Amino acid sequence: MPSVGADMSVAMTASMTDVTHQHRLAWVLGLGLLLLSAALAVIGAGVGSTGFESAWRAWSDPVAWQIVWDIRLPRTLGAWMAGALLGLAGAVAQGLFRNPLADPYLLGSASGASLGVAAALALFGVSPVATQWLVRLGLTGAAFVGAVAAVLLTLLLARGVQHTLRLLLAGVIVGVVLGAVHSLVTLLAPEILQAMQAFMLGSTGFVGWTACLLMAAVWLVCMVVAWMLSRVLDGLALGEATAHSLGLPLAPLRAALVAVLALATGTAVAQTGLIAFVGLAAPHLVRSVVKTTHGRLIFLSCLMGAVLLMTADMLARWLIAPQELPVGVLTAVLGGSYLLWLMHRRTGRSRML
Amino acid sequence: MNSVALDARSIRARLGFAEVLHGIELSLPAARWTSIVGPNGAGKSTLLKVLAGLLHHQGEVRLLGRPPASLSGRARARQLSWLGQNQATADDLTAYDVAMLGRLPHQPWLGSPSAADRAAVEQALRATQAWDWRGRALGQLSGGERQRVLLARALAVQAQVLLMDEPLANLDPPHQADWLLLVRELVAAGKTVVSVLHEISLALQADEMVVMAQGRVTHQGRCSEAATHRALEQVFDHRIVVQPLSGRWVALPKL
Repeated sequence: MPSVGADMSVAMTASMTDVTHQHRLAWVLGLGLLLLSAALAVIGAGVGSTGFESAWRAWSDPVAWQIVWDIRLPRTLGAWMAGALLGLAGAVAQGLFRNPLADPYLLGSASGASLGVAAALALFGVSPVATQWLVRLGLTGAAFVGAVAAVLLTLLLARGVQHTLRLLLAGVIVGVVLGAVHSLVTLLAPEILQAMQAFMLGSTGFVGWTACLLMAAVWLVCMVVAWMLSRVLDGLALGEATAHSLGLPLAPLRAALVAVLALATGTAVAQTGLIAFVGLAAPHLVRSVVKTTHGRLIFLSCLMGAVLLMTADMLARWLIAPQELPVGVLTAVLGGSYLLWLMHRRTGRSRML
Repeated sequence: MNSVALDARSIRARLGFAEVLHGIELSLPAARWTSIVGPNGAGKSTLLKVLAGLLHHQGEVRLLGRPPASLSGRARARQLSWLGQNQATADDLTAYDVAMLGRLPHQPWLGSPSAADRAAVEQALRATQAWDWRGRALGQLSGGERQRVLLARALAVQAQVLLMDEPLANLDPPHQADWLLLVRELVAAGKTVVSVLHEISLALQADEMVVMAQGRVTHQGRCSEAATHRALEQVFDHRIVVQPLSGRWVALPKL
C-alpha cells in the first residue's frame, strides 16, 4: 500500500496534535486494508498452475470452475482467515506480555502443535501429502490438541496467570522440552520427516471450505472477546499496579485473554502449520502507522495479518509457478527482514525491549 | 464529614522475604496535603502501595472510614487514585488515550466515554499543560512531558484521595511550581493529597509531614512546626538544615 502510506505521512506531519486525526488514520488504514483484501481475493482466484485462464472460463467450463471454487478461493480466503487469527493473537500477546517482541507462539503452542502432528504421523503411519480427508482431519485435530495442551501445561507450570515473567519463562521451558520430545519422535520415526517439514514451514495449500468456515467462526468469537477485553490491555500498558489501582480485576481477565490467545493460535496452527512472523509483524506494522487503543489495534492487526499472509500465499503460488513455495518460507524471509529492521531502529533509539 | 482520609493500624509488609514495613501506625487527615519523606529504602513507596491496596500486607487500612475490602475494585478506584514511580509507560498510546484510562472506574464496561469523561480528561490535561500534545504517543515525549501525562491520568480519576509517588520526577521548576499550586487547589476543593517527595524543600510546602526511616514512622506533624524540622534533620543524619526564607521553610545541605 505505498500510496496509502504516503498519504498518511503527509497528513501526520500536518497535524500531529489532533486526537481525531489518529482516529481518522485508523479508519483510513482499516478501509485501505479491507480494499486490499478484496483486491487480493480477486487476484487470488486467478493465480495458480493454470493461470488466469481458469478464472475467465470458470462460468462456462466446469473443470475451471472447480479449480477456482474448490481450490483457489478457499485457500485464498483461508490465508486471509489464518492471517487474521495470527494478527489477533500477536496483538493480544504483545499487549498481555507488554513486550513488543512477543508473538502468538510464546506460550509453547508452536512446539505443542508440532509434537501433536509428529505423534499423529508416527501413529497413523506416513502419509507425506496426507490427501485423504480423514488423515487430514486427524492431523488438524492433533495440532490443535497439541497447541492447547502446551498452553495448559505452561499455565500449570507458571501456577496461573498472575506473574507475567513466570508465564513467559514457563512458555520458553515448555517450548524447549516439547521441542526435544518432538525431535525424539522424528528421530525414532525418520520416515515422517518430510511430512513434518511441510507442517513446520506452514502451508495454505490444504485449506478447504470447512477449514475456512471453522477459522471464520473462531476468529469472530476471539475478536468479540478480545475487543471486550481490550481496555484491560490498555490499562496493563501502564503497568500492573496502575491497572490494579484502576479497579481492573486482573486475574480473571488475564485468564480470558490467554484463552483467546490459545484458541486463535491453536486454530491457525492446526489449519496452516507454523507460519512464522505474521503474528509478530502485524501489530508492529499497524503501530508504525497509527497510535491507538487496543480495541482498534487488535482489529487492524487482524486485517494487517490477513493481508500479509494473503500476499505471501499469492507470492508462494506465483513466484516459481507451476511449482509452489511453502508460504511459511516467504513469511519468514519477509518477516525476518522486517524484524531485523525493527531491532536496528529500536537500538538506534536505545530503547531495545 | 470524616476528618481522617486514610487510617493505617499496625501495618507490616514485605517485599520478597525482607520485611520493609515494621508496624506502621498512621492516620492521614482529610482535605490536607501530607508529604512523606525519608532516606532511600525507608519504605515510603511501599507504604503508599499498601495504602492504595496494591500490596499484600498485615494490619488494617481504612479508606474514608471503611476497609477497602468492603468496596468493589471499581468503587475503590473511584475514591482513590494512585500514581506510581517508574511504572511502565504506554509508549504506543496517545496522551489523550492514557489520560482517558483514568476514567476507567467511571465507565460502564463496554460504554464509550461520556461527555463527563471527556470534560474530566480535558480538565486534567490542561491542568498539567499537556493538552497541546494530546494526540502524540507517549513514546514521542520527553521524560518530563510523559510525567505530566501520567499526572493527568491520576487527576482524571477525580478521586477523593490522591496518592502520588515522586510526582515531580523529571519536572522542570515552572512545572514543579504549577504542581504545588494544583495540589493547593485540590486540597481547597476538599481532596486529600499524599505525596512521597525527595525534594525536601518542596515537601515542606505541604500541610503535614510524615518522616520515615527503616520501615517505621519516626515523626508526624505540621510542616511549620519546629519539632518536624528537628525530626527531618535527624533522619537525614544532620546533613541538612531547615531554615526560614521569606516566610517559608527550606532545607539546605549542611556543608
